[in-house]
Amino acid sequence: MKFKLTLWRVIFIVIMVLGLYSSFIRYFRGLGAVSNMTDQFPWGLWIGFDCLCGVMLAAGGFCMVGAVYLFNVERLHPVVRPAVLTAFLGYVLFIVGLLFDLGRPWFIWHQMIYRNLHSVMFEVGMCVMFYTTVLFFEFLPNVFERLNWKTPIKYINKIYPVLIVGGILLSTLHQSSLGSLYLIMPSKLHPFWYTPALPFFFFASAVAVGLAMTIFESTQSAKAFGRQLELPVLVTLGGALLIALWVNLLLHLEDFFHRGLIGQIFKPSYESYFLWLELTLTYLIPITMLSFKKVRLSPQWLYLASIFTVLGFITNRLNIALIGFETYVGHHYMPKWTEFSITLMIVAMGFALFGLAVRYLPIFETETGHKLERPEHISVGTGVLSHAGD
Amino acid sequence: MSKAILYDATMCIGCKQCEGACAQQNKLPYDDTVAAESVQSAHKYTVVLTKEDKFMRRLCMHCKEPACASVCPVGALHKTKEGPVVYDVWKCIGCRYCMVACPFNQPKYEWGALNPRVRKCVMCPDRVVAGKHTACAEICPTGATKFGERDDLVVEAQDRIRQNPSGYLPRIYGLHEVGGTSILIIAAAKAEDYGYPASAKIGETPMPEYTGRVMERIPDFIPVWTLVLGGIYWVSHRRDEVAEAEALHKNGGKQ
Repeated sequence: MKFKLTLWRVIFIVIMVLGLYSSFIRYFRGLGAVSNMTDQFPWGLWIGFDCLCGVMLAAGGFCMVGAVYLFNVERLHPVVRPAVLTAFLGYVLFIVGLLFDLGRPWFIWHQMIYRNLHSVMFEVGMCVMFYTTVLFFEFLPNVFERLNWKTPIKYINKIYPVLIVGGILLSTLHQSSLGSLYLIMPSKLHPFWYTPALPFFFFASAVAVGLAMTIFESTQSAKAFGRQLELPVLVTLGGALLIALWVNLLLHLEDFFHRGLIGQIFKPSYESYFLWLELTLTYLIPITMLSFKKVRLSPQWLYLASIFTVLGFITNRLNIALIGFETYVGHHYMPKWTEFSITLMIVAMGFALFGLAVRYLPIFETETGHKLERPEHISVGTGVLSHAGD
Repeated sequence: MSKAILYDATMCIGCKQCEGACAQQNKLPYDDTVAAESVQSAHKYTVVLTKEDKFMRRLCMHCKEPACASVCPVGALHKTKEGPVVYDVWKCIGCRYCMVACPFNQPKYEWGALNPRVRKCVMCPDRVVAGKHTACAEICPTGATKFGERDDLVVEAQDRIRQNPSGYLPRIYGLHEVGGTSILIIAAAKAEDYGYPASAKIGETPMPEYTGRVMERIPDFIPVWTLVLGGIYWVSHRRDEVAEAEALHKNGGKQ
């Protein structure tokens, strides 16, 4: 195949080169040289985005598996595979991100032998380890089908109920536990974001993001392959997203009300600006949009609403991880460009791997169950997903 | 019995010999430049702060129930029965959760190192186990930093305040904060003015309880949630099977 230089490929290469340079700084000059993290700000962008957001954005996997295999919502079947693929890549990249953030990544395996059962981080770590394994097995049939290996598929089908139940159990645990991580900092995290309900919010928002991400990634890849997703799939997801957003919003408002923060929210302050940014992106815009039937029935509008939702919850996680600590610490934290660059590299790797997988594996089935023909003649430059990879 | 350090700021003359002794004990560099630094760091576990004519020491508080030890995924930090909260560097994976969780911001990091360690006062555990005083207490020329049994030191601190009520604020910082610490501070000025967190803000609840409330539910949550999920799976697939069987039955009836 002849290599063509498209805009997306150029961007991809630039991101990778800068990322590799930053990785060099990280491993040969240390965390202090590569980041703006300090003793006052020991957790920065990598925990806030790569870890908290990374796991959240991968929630589509357990949401769709739950919907289709647990609740038998058959019409969502076409999006299970891309959702599981996104989740699998998301968790693998989360682990890659950890290898940058941990001060001694070569000892990451220590948590399997020096277990501290009281540590939330230990629980998250173990869940992520097991769940990534589960996702690997849920992803494997794609490869076996491509290679036309029948026997291993039979074995995986046999353990599928265990994978499904186990995967959802593990997801419930660690999605919520990422919120529990912050429960031990009542004196540090700003009251807008510190609440005993953090674990519930993290789980509830993961479900909403899981739905939004499924809309986003299936529309995005459908675009890249020049075909429309069946409308009923998107409409179902959009309706579920609207409900999930309402549930999240009401829980949030109840929490603010319960803790007597309503007055403070409307007072201008550094934190309230960021809170409003979060609430606008997460709830105000998408809920308003999705309340119109026209939006819920239009793939383009649904796509847009899902983007707002995802951006909103990313803002939420960054507010918790970064903004919420700034008043306590007494100064601002702005990631160094090398921190951004490594995060961007990881995200770009995600897009590229997704593109490669979609291209070479039977991720998108047609209605009859046959895999899609190899898409080698699609118009160049329409999508990041399929092109960044090669 | 648990050991502790009583720091009486009114007796402190700001000579910084505790800083020097600490550095020597922990094999850290110490010279005039380091002495002039007024922040704790990976190479300065304790610092004597000056405000007007008053002094205040900062060092790891060695909480009775330390947040750092409870959050560490690999248990690299733990509270010894003698009192010190110690660090096992060979276990550490460098997640820095201890730094984020500590209400007193005591753990510091070797940001420039390629195999970085968490650094903090460990209350000279070898000396304490051997029955000796900590390096800082031993060298203190005025007795402002005093080492001993925690219970005895609490009584002594209360006595000092009672005998000279105008010379002290009527409280022992560390007696109840986050469930009690092994560093006790009495002073004429507020510890908060030197960067200590306000007592009201950190409260008297041991920090590990905040996560413990959630963590203790997990052993029950796992089997219950597994049963619920498994039940849903069984019901929704059973419904399919029944529908299939019924369809088959109908067809069979026709033929």
